[in-house]
Amino acid sequence: MNRSFVVRNPSVLIFLVLLSLFTLVVTILSEGFGVGLLSTSFVKVLGKTLCLCLIAIAMDLIWGYAGILSLGHFAFFGLGGYMIGMWLMYERTRQIVENALSEGVLPPTPEEISTGIGNQIFGVVGSSDFPLIWAFADSLVLQLAFVVLVPGLLALVFGWLAFRSRVTGVYLSILTQAMTLGLSLYLFQNASGLRGNNGLSGLQNLPGVTAPQSVVSLWFFWASALALGLGYLLVAWVVSGKFGSVIRGIRDNEARVRFLGYSVETYKLAVFTLTACISGIAGALYYPQAGIINPAEVAPIASIYLAVWVAIGGRGRLYGAVIGTAFVSLVSSWFTGGQAPDIDLGFYAIKWVDWWLVLLGLSFVLVTLYAPGGISSFVDKLAGKTMEADR
Amino acid sequence: MSTLLEVSGVTVSFDGFRAINNLSFQIAKAELRAVIGPNGAGKTTFMDIVTGKTRPDTGQILWGDKSVSLIGMSEARIAQAGIGRKFQKPTVFEEQTVQENLLMALRKDRGPLAVLFFRPSRADLDRIAELAAQIGLTDTLPRVSGELSHGQKQWLEIGMLLAQEPQLLLVDEPAAGMTPAEREKTTAILVEAAKTRAVVVVEHDMEFVRRLNCKVTVLHEGAVLAEGSLDHVTKNQDVIDVYLGR
Repeated sequence: MNRSFVVRNPSVLIFLVLLSLFTLVVTILSEGFGVGLLSTSFVKVLGKTLCLCLIAIAMDLIWGYAGILSLGHFAFFGLGGYMIGMWLMYERTRQIVENALSEGVLPPTPEEISTGIGNQIFGVVGSSDFPLIWAFADSLVLQLAFVVLVPGLLALVFGWLAFRSRVTGVYLSILTQAMTLGLSLYLFQNASGLRGNNGLSGLQNLPGVTAPQSVVSLWFFWASALALGLGYLLVAWVVSGKFGSVIRGIRDNEARVRFLGYSVETYKLAVFTLTACISGIAGALYYPQAGIINPAEVAPIASIYLAVWVAIGGRGRLYGAVIGTAFVSLVSSWFTGGQAPDIDLGFYAIKWVDWWLVLLGLSFVLVTLYAPGGISSFVDKLAGKTMEADR
Repeated sequence: MSTLLEVSGVTVSFDGFRAINNLSFQIAKAELRAVIGPNGAGKTTFMDIVTGKTRPDTGQILWGDKSVSLIGMSEARIAQAGIGRKFQKPTVFEEQTVQENLLMALRKDRGPLAVLFFRPSRADLDRIAELAAQIGLTDTLPRVSGELSHGQKQWLEIGMLLAQEPQLLLVDEPAAGMTPAEREKTTAILVEAAKTRAVVVVEHDMEFVRRLNCKVTVLHEGAVLAEGSLDHVTKNQDVIDVYLGR
């Protein structure tokens, strides 16, 4: 990433500057460090939105640039969340259990501690034994590595099977839906070892940290902003050179790229796996801010929403993915959070909690019909450049 | 002259229909060859087989000095081995510039990591300028290739093939839809290319084949009907019956 890369891609620089300014403004207005105009829960909403923007960038890379409409990337997002959630939950429970047991007359044995933690975590699914997958839950370093490795490995195996068989287009989309549905159904089982439909909870409490949530929320907000900035820089760099040429070539004419001597399957697999890793990181930052993760998070619909955000924002331009995701998910939480005033028509009251989906569907159809470039095509017009300028 | 590509006894059937029927074909290292034949003679299928898109039911395809079998190799591996293919319809990457198209085709390491860290050197850019001059697209290098005329796209695709530096070039109907002046230029590019490598041109247009002034192979129902100079094959009664007589 040399200087010429940023110079050749002014949108990257503009994005990073705007992101930094946004981070600064939110910090100044926050309760934790600033004047307190923004509530802690709103800071969390903004932080979560940044994580969604990060996975949207991954989605734009795989769909907008490489032309693979994956409808399963929330599986990787969820796995990232579960991996960090396991450590958060284990470590915090361990501290609580140890404190409780240390009040006894005799010092507790390791077995007592282990059983205590197991009871606390797995009591809801009627067990106190640690499943095998929790073997490394006491190690932050390993669980952080798993945030990247587990989604990456799943993507590698799934992608290898799918791309090697030359599954493309809508069939691949269906397969990715099946993947995320399968993961979701598996996690719903109590025997999955991840607390079934209860999921992992209390993730907003960092073990050993006494700082209030107003401060912790900002830590995560900053981390999310940093991850988004780095992710944007990485993906913009990946698509800027010949690699970007090749994957856009695959999107537009796969056979031609093959006859040029490029192993199309290897490229698809590389992009699929890279985007899965980015999604895992985004999920690992998202769920500690959400506080809870359960199998419903990786339901097929979540990944479809992701595609809708990117489509509304504008494919094939990274800032398009960010704009679409930020806009739609914030508007979505406004409408579904009960803040939007219901419209009483006398004979029928439009409740936005129910009608928001209709509005979202309608705007998706309208964007597809009248602004195929998405919301960001208006940004392009404002910037006085044509669509090809940033490709 | 030694043989570059040797196809022997190749048969391919699609749902019982024999698209290629016991076909044998040879081409030398620096040779220009025209392949003609009526629709359905198996010309495109022949190219599909050589480039690895279609797998033959029986037969052998041997390549190069070491007589490597191409059967079972992926399209990408065959392309890397030195066989370039131009499609009937001009297929360039329309959303990318002429320069990006040529850069992608340039003979370089095709692995994802090498490509990820690749940045064109002075020599690469010079080579692209040279290729652009050869195909007459010097002025259009920074333009998006979708804006090019039909003829220019055809040349760009030929330029991309040359950038690959293949030992064998398979060209499917390069003159289709071209103006007479464009045809002339295309002929010149192909004749020039054939001085240093093998070029196989599949063509319908007799006038264009005559201009190429090379050995001609006539395909019919998936097999070679006649081979030799254009004058020789056009006097062949079988050829007149199945092809020219129509």
